[in-house]
Amino acid sequence: MRKLHAFNGGVHPEGHKGESTGRPIETMPLLPRYVVPLRQHIGEPARPVVKPGDRVLRGQLIGQPEGYVSVGVHAPTSGRVLAVEPRPVPHPSGLADLCVVIDSDGEDRTVETAPLDWRAMDPSALRNRLREMGLAGLGGAVFPSFIKLNPGARRHIPILILNGAECEPWITCDDLLMRERAADILAGAEIMRHMLGTEEVLVGIEDNKPEAIAAMTAAAGGRGVEVVAIASLYPGGGGKQITYTLTGRVVPAGGLSTDVGVQVFNVGTAYALLRAIRDGEPLVSRIVTVTGHVVRPGNFETRLGTPVADLLRAAGGELPDATGQIIGGPMMGFGLMDEAAPITKSVNCVIVKNAALFPAAPAPMPCIRCGACARACPAELQPFELYWYARTRDFGKTQTYHLFDCIECGCCSYVCPSHIPLVEYYRFAKSEIWSREHEKQAADQARERHEFRAFRLEREKQEKAEKLAKKASERLEGGAVAAEDPEAARKKALLQAAIAKAQKAKEAVRPKNVDNLPPDKQREIDAIEARRAQAGQAEQAAETEAKR
Amino acid sequence: MTGSPHTVLAGNSVRLVMLKVLVALIPGIVAHAWFFGPGIWVSLLLCTLLGVAFEALALLMRGYPLKPFLSDGSTVVTAWLLALSMPTLAPWWLYAVGMLFAILVAKHLYGGLGQNLFNPAMIGFAVLLVSFPVYMTQWPAPVELASHTPDLIESFDLVFAGQGAVSPDAYTTATPLDLLRTQRLAGDEVGGIMAQPAFGVVGGTGHEMVVLMYLLGGLLLLNYRLITWHIPVAFLGTIAVTAGVLQFLDPTNHPDPLFHLTSGGAMLAAFFILTDPVSASATPRGKLIYAGLAGFLVVMIRNYGGYPDGVAFTVLIANMAVPFIDAYTQPRVFGHGRKEKGK
Repeated sequence: MRKLHAFNGGVHPEGHKGESTGRPIETMPLLPRYVVPLRQHIGEPARPVVKPGDRVLRGQLIGQPEGYVSVGVHAPTSGRVLAVEPRPVPHPSGLADLCVVIDSDGEDRTVETAPLDWRAMDPSALRNRLREMGLAGLGGAVFPSFIKLNPGARRHIPILILNGAECEPWITCDDLLMRERAADILAGAEIMRHMLGTEEVLVGIEDNKPEAIAAMTAAAGGRGVEVVAIASLYPGGGGKQITYTLTGRVVPAGGLSTDVGVQVFNVGTAYALLRAIRDGEPLVSRIVTVTGHVVRPGNFETRLGTPVADLLRAAGGELPDATGQIIGGPMMGFGLMDEAAPITKSVNCVIVKNAALFPAAPAPMPCIRCGACARACPAELQPFELYWYARTRDFGKTQTYHLFDCIECGCCSYVCPSHIPLVEYYRFAKSEIWSREHEKQAADQARERHEFRAFRLEREKQEKAEKLAKKASERLEGGAVAAEDPEAARKKALLQAAIAKAQKAKEAVRPKNVDNLPPDKQREIDAIEARRAQAGQAEQAAETEAKR
Repeated sequence: MTGSPHTVLAGNSVRLVMLKVLVALIPGIVAHAWFFGPGIWVSLLLCTLLGVAFEALALLMRGYPLKPFLSDGSTVVTAWLLALSMPTLAPWWLYAVGMLFAILVAKHLYGGLGQNLFNPAMIGFAVLLVSFPVYMTQWPAPVELASHTPDLIESFDLVFAGQGAVSPDAYTTATPLDLLRTQRLAGDEVGGIMAQPAFGVVGGTGHEMVVLMYLLGGLLLLNYRLITWHIPVAFLGTIAVTAGVLQFLDPTNHPDPLFHLTSGGAMLAAFFILTDPVSASATPRGKLIYAGLAGFLVVMIRNYGGYPDGVAFTVLIANMAVPFIDAYTQPRVFGHGRKEKGK
């Protein structure tokens, strides 16, 4: 029996898993139209390589990876490209993003696929193929998998964790996948193990999924994979949390799990990887849970680009008095703005709300420092202190209290007896800090440019003077070369001092946090930037609420 | 759009927190009524009504909505804590002055719910103790030892009219801590003083039973997970250790640790007053320091200070130290080195 490690806090929200686990995974019927966003992963969006009128086949590359942190995007079926234009996408901001709209021809013809001989392939070539095939983490973070499959300078990653915790309430897509396709998941893990040089493969599954645990355990026999049942405690499926639970290793702040020799992949990613390699099929579909206030909740094998409205129809449609949808889980998901937005690689669940399942949050009361948030915080922060400083815009203090270690899991807001939207305050503080540092960087750049210009003008003047002096001395025809001009020497010394000082100042003001951001953070910044105005309004609203 | 999480713990609210505190106080209140007579009901009711009135006044003046803040229960908790800390059967205006300072000054001048630096009930109590010392020493005698215990009607008369058929000497007395102090100052030895009937088995007849019920209520709070073990354990532990050391060094002048724990406001403070989250330290290590400081000061004031019981002052002093303590006892954050300290 493996010794498990309990992380701090966590909460036990009602699971609501049973609603959507009653039926096997259902395959969505072919739709007449798909809207495929080019930004479905963290990093640079893919660059469209088709134009309106083009005919495409299923699995055909329609978006070329752009830059290092990027993966390909593929046509979900055969048909004709109708448009390449901004369309609503599932994003908290509700903003539109560039999509390829494909009208299906109903034939669903596929590109020619061939399995990859991964054992014979050079690891780097294999990673390039996975990049092109659009593999990104399907647990929700959608980080390009090929990057995570590069052990880099470490040469090998001793422990591979398959994350089947699925700790968010309502979501069951990983559960069903593990029940039905356990062997395929583990075959995918086998390839990951090969690529990472892993010795130990662990599968972490919360103990509220006995069927999945049984199926995975049965499939794991003889593979040297250990399936571990972990306590059902949100957010036990968080990357740092599951790493700690299973191995006792603490991912350092601001670091990655690979810093402690662990790599974590969602079980859905392992399955998609197998499909890519065994069947040569790019990532064009995923399993999505549709649950909540719908007629026929369940899990659907859904092509990427399927509009949410069509998926809801497949689940029998919303019941009367629905009050909107959540994309993702209730703890970390976001409200959907437009049902025309499509399913992407990051969408694992659509929850239809009603007033009984998701009542409006009670009006916030003042913080009474009861500390329930601190006891619930898996990052071991003091959320009420962070709240206090975020609210008073003392952003320096928020950083002293480790704001950037907050994973926004929502446990603090969940347990708060005063119903304060704590996570909103942290997002607000983070985005303010990022934007200020961006401004500071911009100002630093402007100053540097100005200083360089001053330096250049001075240098040109000096060069000119030197040239003139040279000419003059030449004119003197071998006459005594003018002794070094003391005035010029003084100026030169001053100039060098100024440059040195500027250099020093530049080093001193090296900005924090926005340097060398991992791409997921960068995306988070972009997302939060977009929400900033809104967060400001939310805060004002909360304040007026408190003064009501 | 509202941000995540989209769900909160059902039924959870500030009101529920306060209600649970009130429930946990009930055993102590019942014991108080049983061992000291029904006068406590009068002072509880009076303090509650005064508290609500002052709270409403403050909310109106500050332009805050009445309903959410009057119904949050925090004012009732303050009122009950003050009533339980004060002598019963005192004139009504004494309670009024206490509640006025508690609610208007200590709570609302600092910003209302969640903003007060000091425990409001203890501010009210300290003001009364300093301003009206005579009234604050006339405690009801335990039923067992009193020649007369006013019933409920008589208690109302005493509080509101100040007149009774019987002389106050018949039903009031000094607390054991008070007796100990005056008789020690007169030169008597602790052993002899504590042999008197007023001192009961461990902490004074009647008092020790009420204290036992506070302990029971405190365990209820722990069970509700409204408080953690840190403050009660550190506070009572420090009292016991400090008193034990003093008694060991000089037994003729210092009572035993058990007496310190079971007399005066120590037990009420340990579970209900020092643990008021708004004015208490909030970090685990901070709570130990904060409550340890208070425990040490209680014994010091009782043994060497100008007052028989030092709980109110020690609570206020400890409250004062909280921002400082909290700033230097920030716990390690997940993923940060063990040696790193909060600034």
